[in-house]
Amino acid sequence: MNWRDHLPALLVMIPLLGAFLTPFVASCGKTVRNVFFVFSMALVLFVGASLCAATFDGRVLVYVMGGESFSLTLPSGMSYPVRILFEIDAFGSLLILCVSVAAFAGAVFSIHYMDRFSGWKRFMALYFLMTAGALGMSATGDLFNFFVFVEISSIASFGLIAFWRDKPESLEASFKYMLISQIAAMLLLIAIGSLYGKYNALNMGALSSMMRSGTLERVSLALIVSVLAFKCGAFPMHAWMPDAYAEAPSGVTCLLVTVSQASFYGLIRVCYSIFPGLTQGGTVGWLLIVLGCMSMFFGVMMAVVQHEIKRLMGYHSISQVGYMLLAMGVGLLALGDGNRVAAYGLTAMKGGLFHVMNYSFYKGLLFLCAGSLYYATGTRDLDKMGGLARNMPWTAGMFVIGAAAISGLPPFNGFVSKWMIYESSFAVHPVLPAVAMITSVLTLASFAKVFQAAFLGPAKAKFVAVREVPYGMLAGMAILTVATLLLTLFPGWFTGNLFENAAQALLNRQGYIHAVLGGM
Amino acid sequence: MTDSIAKNASDFAGNAAYVVVALLVIMALYSILTQKNLIKICIGIAVLGSSVNFFLVLLGYRQRGGIPVYYLRGAGDAMVLPTPQCLTLTAIVIALATTALMLSLVILINKHYGTMNIDEIRRLRG
Repeated sequence: MNWRDHLPALLVMIPLLGAFLTPFVASCGKTVRNVFFVFSMALVLFVGASLCAATFDGRVLVYVMGGESFSLTLPSGMSYPVRILFEIDAFGSLLILCVSVAAFAGAVFSIHYMDRFSGWKRFMALYFLMTAGALGMSATGDLFNFFVFVEISSIASFGLIAFWRDKPESLEASFKYMLISQIAAMLLLIAIGSLYGKYNALNMGALSSMMRSGTLERVSLALIVSVLAFKCGAFPMHAWMPDAYAEAPSGVTCLLVTVSQASFYGLIRVCYSIFPGLTQGGTVGWLLIVLGCMSMFFGVMMAVVQHEIKRLMGYHSISQVGYMLLAMGVGLLALGDGNRVAAYGLTAMKGGLFHVMNYSFYKGLLFLCAGSLYYATGTRDLDKMGGLARNMPWTAGMFVIGAAAISGLPPFNGFVSKWMIYESSFAVHPVLPAVAMITSVLTLASFAKVFQAAFLGPAKAKFVAVREVPYGMLAGMAILTVATLLLTLFPGWFTGNLFENAAQALLNRQGYIHAVLGGM
Repeated sequence: MTDSIAKNASDFAGNAAYVVVALLVIMALYSILTQKNLIKICIGIAVLGSSVNFFLVLLGYRQRGGIPVYYLRGAGDAMVLPTPQCLTLTAIVIALATTALMLSLVILINKHYGTMNIDEIRRLRG
């Protein structure tokens, strides 16, 4: 038996096991604890990368939980799968790679960042659970299981956002997020229950093969799309995002970014793979485009007036999610029509998926830089910082790379993905790339302001003693910097292989169904 | 599955349970949206969770169905569907975790802000 066959199970098993081992390991001393934390996350990263390699040739991996055989999706006499199964195609493994890289970087960063605080057992256990939830969301092939993983990652994130429970602001952010998130989760469960009531199946592939169009399906689709758009922070439902991102410890924010990407994965999977009959009409595509444009524009408009560094970046996250929604909306408009897919749909999807990966890496990097500034200076207020480039050259350098990438300056990866989105959305309507470009310019302006306020200018007397942050934190940032630079240096290879495969996997709905149902 | 939904529209008794679910959801949403007290909002969330669980159990109900265990099912041939019950058990566990976490946050918030009114808990703005 080949160990590679069990990668999908290992993916969720390692962080889950890590979470439950944490209380024992954390009592064995600091070094053991740190080594365990980083080693487990490195293992997750290894599994994620192996999964990415395993799905590289367009294969769809299926793993059945609790059955007599892990590869038997249809036990004898069954016409649809009854067991929980994981189904990972190139699109899923792309998200898994993003989550595992961010989780690894966040863990390495947190070792020193959280060192001054107590409560490591709780921090580590929740961090593991949140990783498990986000990975599970991108791996599962079952709608109810998706809901369970959404809840695992949400509940862990409520705890982590309120980790500094002596700060009233973190409690407030966590409570507000929790309130809206729970309503959303229950609406998601109603939608999943309704689909189960009608089709007697929870498996995504099986549902997709049976899906017809009707009122119940429309209502369910509307509920699922609005819930997941909320979870990934689209404009009218964005209020939780800057609060939560600003108040969570920075290593956690880095992971929260990818958790919202996992919700984005769910949204795209539902639109492209489960309900293509309903979403091909253009309504949902335009809905995503409008949501995307509003998120981009209003997100960045609210970001430029902020004075608090992590809150500012939280608003930028809203506008970055807007780019992906725009791209995937444009792709959805082309779905089902070969000519339109070839003309602009595939480029839009590749651009959107490229942006998903870019955003996970450079946004995580920027949040870690903000965390370093907070660690070194004790403030998050940009007006109080200044002249820190002399004291913290490495942080300043990595911040510049992240800021240039998010603003879409030409040699960087952000430029490539944004250019693909401009190019393809122009084919749909010329206003769309205009909105996207204005957003990009404002993003650049806003990050120029942050860099100027925090790193340039005369040295301030109270920051004379500020030193560069410890090596562990620099290493966490360096992981994401290297990832960003790799995407910058080889955009052709990544778009031609990784994102091309993922976009093809999304378009290949029959392949997704076939992997579960066999010859049907 | 759809068998449990009465085919005849005039058969109100068969669909009454769904009406109860709808009423519970509306009541829960009403209390979450209009109440200012944090505890009352938590109650609203808990009621919402229970009504969704009720909905799931209802989906698997068969008229005069027995327990879905072969040797315990009783006289009739019909059994209710076990899957929604498993889903409900999972959902109950999740709801328990959230309610507990939510109430502990309420305690901490009350300690820091000295109020239970959600309108007065507004330090994060802009």
